[in-house]
Amino acid sequence: MTDLQKTAAPAGEGAARDAFLSVRDLRIHFDTDDGLVRSVDGVSFDLQKGRTLGIVGESGSGKSVTSLGIMGLHRTKRARIGGEIWLDGEELIAAGPDRVRQLRGRQMAMIFQDPLTAMHPYYTVGAQIVEAYRVHHPQATKKQARARAVEMLDRVGIPQPDRRVDDYPHQFSGGMRQRAMIAMALVNDPSLLIADEPTTALDVTVQAQILDLIRDLQQEFGSAVIIITHDLGVVAELADDILVMYGGKCVERGPADTLFDAPEHPYTWGLLGSMPRLDRELQDRLVPVKGTPPSLINVPSGCAFHPRCPYAELTGGRSAEEIPVLAEATPGHYAACHLGAADRHRIFAEEIAPRL
Amino acid sequence: MFAYIIRRTFAALVLLLVVSAVTFAIFFLLPRLAGETTDQLAAQYIGKNPSPEAIAAIKKNLGFDQPLYTQYWHFLKALVSGAEYKFGPDPVTCHVPCFGYSFKNHLEVWPELTKRIPITLSLASGAAVVWLVSGVATGVVSALKPKSIFDRLSMGVALAGVSLPVFFTGALLLTLFSYEWPILDNPHYVNFTDDPLMWARNLILPWISLAFLYSALYARLTRAGMLETMSEDYIRTARAKGLAERKVVVRHGLRSALTPVVTIFGMDLGLLLGGALITEQVFSLQGVGQFAVSAITDNDLPKILGVTLLAAFFIVLCNLVVDLLYAAVDPRVRLS
Repeated sequence: MTDLQKTAAPAGEGAARDAFLSVRDLRIHFDTDDGLVRSVDGVSFDLQKGRTLGIVGESGSGKSVTSLGIMGLHRTKRARIGGEIWLDGEELIAAGPDRVRQLRGRQMAMIFQDPLTAMHPYYTVGAQIVEAYRVHHPQATKKQARARAVEMLDRVGIPQPDRRVDDYPHQFSGGMRQRAMIAMALVNDPSLLIADEPTTALDVTVQAQILDLIRDLQQEFGSAVIIITHDLGVVAELADDILVMYGGKCVERGPADTLFDAPEHPYTWGLLGSMPRLDRELQDRLVPVKGTPPSLINVPSGCAFHPRCPYAELTGGRSAEEIPVLAEATPGHYAACHLGAADRHRIFAEEIAPRL
Repeated sequence: MFAYIIRRTFAALVLLLVVSAVTFAIFFLLPRLAGETTDQLAAQYIGKNPSPEAIAAIKKNLGFDQPLYTQYWHFLKALVSGAEYKFGPDPVTCHVPCFGYSFKNHLEVWPELTKRIPITLSLASGAAVVWLVSGVATGVVSALKPKSIFDRLSMGVALAGVSLPVFFTGALLLTLFSYEWPILDNPHYVNFTDDPLMWARNLILPWISLAFLYSALYARLTRAGMLETMSEDYIRTARAKGLAERKVVVRHGLRSALTPVVTIFGMDLGLLLGGALITEQVFSLQGVGQFAVSAITDNDLPKILGVTLLAAFFIVLCNLVVDLLYAAVDPRVRLS
């Protein structure tokens, strides 16, 4: 990576000193019959305990692959993983799979998108939570583990937890299942919680409850949280920092407030413009981001977003030839765009902001 | 769960009743429709050159002169409470469950049939153990390492197993291990209770040739099931918990993958218990299958009826057990 990125996110243990999780130049490529898929291509970020990072992007932007990479869940031989992942001062990519397995579920836990398919249909909810607890607490008796499961179900707001603990997943409603998944993820007090589209499969009315729950639990447990979503509304509610991914790369990263008030990257403008909001004037239509997400095998040359970018001509051809680097636009706020800062601020103020 | 068991058992009984009615109709009504008279039917009980008086006596004794539904009723009654027949001067008692007497040798059908059950049971259950263990193990290992050498090799062998009939593999095994290298002398059935070792020794060739056919199918079935379940979301969840891979495979993967295998297994075992015709023929085992073959070649209606109902009973029983197992394994079945 370039010098700029290194200053933005220095490599090595130094960077991990205050950060609980520090991802450095993460690359996850898959060998397929069609060619090399560059699902994640040089992503870096830091996350402190008690903070929430939102990773935003379209399907296929590499956000889920990133999270599964942190968890060490890419098992195929075809996955080529490079870069560094520092968790609490320990590097995970070089660590053996057994060590990562010990950390999984104990130090870092994950909630998945669809809570129905993510739970085993043949085991009771309680049995699955008990299993998660006893992997990392082998000395705990079944009774203790069960008591712990009931306690966790109670904590995530499931009524009559001592009875529901013996129910099967299909006897729970969608929202309850996701609560149970959260209980299962938090049963070992992990310091890092990754929520991969935690509300996408849920009813709109339940979504807010689940997000509230995640926020409350984070304050209670003080853990670091990564929320992965394509829904900017979700991160607006929860995240302290936001990372926008496009074509396997980070195109913009910064504090949530700044990113919403003064987004730097044309792709982020597009995302904001296509988001339905109640707090603005009613307009005829939402503005979609034109085109489709890029192929990760034949990533467009230069800036991966340039074929869809309405301002690509303004870069004098650079966007099609040169890969833009992540540069600090305002303090703590980074964007990877060839447009000059002045141009970007002018376009945003004149063309984008009035429509948002 | 209890209500479910009662309901399923009741349904199984009704099914058996229907099977018995249909079988009865096929064997007693169809010949009559085709022009056979009850005289000819009765004559089969007597032998060569029957006198008209003897025929009339048999017809009366066996109730052939009565309408078919009355005969069916008597058949059912004899099944549950026995019957008395008069072929000669002394009445003979046909014990419960009474399937009547053979046309040919005038022996009670049921005791003749039950003598054969241990042989077929030994053959089927032993083969079932062999094919379940080998088939499922092969399927799991193949699925965990798809496209590996083991996978390709075992699936190739499996294809051969599915394609080769028992009368080929059985004859081949016999030639090799009984004649060329007489490790296992000409197999003959020994009762398990008499000598378990000899029992197993004499059955090993039939087990292997029968199991080869089935294990091939089960290996493919298990492989497909495992490949599918191992890509399920809940497998990812199990890994995310930090479970050891062996536990992920066995506790989360195999348990789901085995459900369809259990279903097929119930049907296969039920079918086999009704007689493994070819295997019994190849290895000269006097099992239910041989009984069925001789009953059909002799056109011996009571025997055919008996063996058909026995086969149906085993199939219904095995499917009932599978249904109950299914409910025990998959909690989602219990509700519906």
